[in-house]
Amino acid sequence: MRFVTQIGEWFDRRLQLAAPIREVAEHPVPRNTASWWYVFGSAALTVFLLQLVTGILLALIYVPSAGEAWSSLQALNHDITLGWFIRALHGWGSNFMVAIVLIHMVQVFLFGAYKFPRELTWIVGVFLLLMTLGMAFSGQVLRFDQDAYWGLGIGASIASRVPIAGPAIVKLMLGGPIIAGATLSRFFALHVFVIPGMLIGFVAIHLLMVVKLGINEWPMPGRVVKRATYVNEYHELTKKDGAPFVPYAIWKDLFFAALVLLAVAACAAYFGPFGPTGRPDPTVIQTAPKPDYFFLWMYGLLSYLPPSMETPALLIGPVVVIAFLVLLPFLSGEGEKSWRRRPIAVLTVLLIAIILGTLTHLAGYTPWSPHMNAWSGDPVPEQFLHGTTALERQGALVFQAKQCRNCHSLGDLGGQRGPALDSVAVRLTQDQLIRQVIQGGGNMPAYGKNLNPAETTALVAFLETLHPRTQAPARDAARDMALGEEQDRRQDSQR
Amino acid sequence: MPNGNNISRRGLLMKLGILFNGLVAIALAVPIVRFLLSSVTRGRASAYLSWVPLGRVSEFPEGETRLATFRNPYVTPTDGKTVDTACWVRRVDGEQFQVFAVNCAHLGCPVRWFPQSGLFMCPCHGGAYYRDGSRASGPPERGLFEYPHKVENGLITIQAGELPTPGPSAVLLGEKPPCAS
Repeated sequence: MRFVTQIGEWFDRRLQLAAPIREVAEHPVPRNTASWWYVFGSAALTVFLLQLVTGILLALIYVPSAGEAWSSLQALNHDITLGWFIRALHGWGSNFMVAIVLIHMVQVFLFGAYKFPRELTWIVGVFLLLMTLGMAFSGQVLRFDQDAYWGLGIGASIASRVPIAGPAIVKLMLGGPIIAGATLSRFFALHVFVIPGMLIGFVAIHLLMVVKLGINEWPMPGRVVKRATYVNEYHELTKKDGAPFVPYAIWKDLFFAALVLLAVAACAAYFGPFGPTGRPDPTVIQTAPKPDYFFLWMYGLLSYLPPSMETPALLIGPVVVIAFLVLLPFLSGEGEKSWRRRPIAVLTVLLIAIILGTLTHLAGYTPWSPHMNAWSGDPVPEQFLHGTTALERQGALVFQAKQCRNCHSLGDLGGQRGPALDSVAVRLTQDQLIRQVIQGGGNMPAYGKNLNPAETTALVAFLETLHPRTQAPARDAARDMALGEEQDRRQDSQR
Repeated sequence: MPNGNNISRRGLLMKLGILFNGLVAIALAVPIVRFLLSSVTRGRASAYLSWVPLGRVSEFPEGETRLATFRNPYVTPTDGKTVDTACWVRRVDGEQFQVFAVNCAHLGCPVRWFPQSGLFMCPCHGGAYYRDGSRASGPPERGLFEYPHKVENGLITIQAGELPTPGPSAVLLGEKPPCAS
């Protein structure tokens, strides 16, 4: 034991790090910050370290070449001992890291920790979030499969919309005219060198500021932050009611970090690695590309934005959001910290969470997309054919053959792009049905050129039968009346 | 630093040292930036575009739309399968053709042709196009991208080489495709 101490002393005479480390470890923190709410920052750091280690392990096998990346992932999954587990750890670690960074951010926001004097800690944190998302996206590209290939196409399509510089940005992003070898190589450089390097630097600055400025005290309603007095008040607080960070607060960080690592490992072991999906072969177009979980909300948003708003929203939206996050500590650098006195802050978080959650949920089953597997092979549900005439049955055939069910469901089977047609006859009259089929409109293509008059007549005859037994089909009262009068006149003239 | 306007010898040498480093930095920055932007500058004079054959006219039945594949003219050694590209070839009649990119004009996902309903449909965000490539419904702001093509000696060739994207770069040959809305 004495020998170990001697070695330690030998090193410390040269490094002189023991004293500053002890000082950092034992710096006093307000007692009530030793809370389970304060563990997310250290958990994010822990998962980041796991990503560094598993990332290096994957790099031992992975080949960043468009021709071989996919095969090397297959080798990791199937040939290399526990390669699948390391891939799974890295993939699940990525999801956990994004989730924990987001939770950390929400906690910091609700606890008012971004206010004076911790503005810069927050701003650096915003960039850490962006880098984490950058890592998640570039990592998805390195899993070079169909989703990655077409995901890059989506990225290029968005980038191309930048005025004037668009085409240049696309070529810079792809490293050439198309998504190919150079594209994967530069995303590899980003994912493995550029962004992690920046992340390490920014994490260091972030932590340094946490230590220098002190951890945010537990917000009390009524304890208002004022630039003139805050620093003194904080020192008073840590003097009067403080405790050394080690071991008073750190044990919760340690427990939570271990719990998170265990959760990542459990998910990795149980669910396994993500993909790769099909080989990145652009000639195989039978694919419905989807982004990873944390980008699904964007995928949903992009299908709901009206076409005219899309380009401005794509290009201006992110700038506005980032600018708002960066400017936040300057917009409300003083005042109440407690969420109990900041209803707008709480409602904002809830609103954003609901929007992102809803869009993510919708992107899980993409109701806006036609079902690409044609429904023409499926039977028409029996109840829609009972007591129908030959013409109406002919219409049911047209309905199936022309793939109406790619977008419209019948008896809960079919696409959700358009409305369900189980009771369409209640909503639309015969004339309206004909018009809708032939001219389209309201986001439905026009089928006028693709249906001959006989098919249209049969189809509309079938659609007119689609109403619940207890509800009469819609009819055009004015037309009835006009036709009725005409009949009357005809009868009159006959007399 | 000494008082007044005097500059000390050490101070001057330090400033000269900084200036010297600045000059070297600029000298190095020029080739670095040129290297970084090479994929952009190379493409400026349409160097990526060339005419590539798709097949014999007889391979495409009149009035039908078929998937064809071609190898991208610009290839690097690590590209693998990614240089193989698909496109939709519609033979209107005789030697009249339309060649569409598979990339949706919304965000580039691969559109599929459905002959029964006569529509191209996109699996991503629900874009749909008529048989002539014009926009039918969904989020795209325009019709499908068309490759410039020509028919010579019974062979159909298209001008290709760049990923079609909805921004200005999508306008192949600098003119709007006829299907653009």
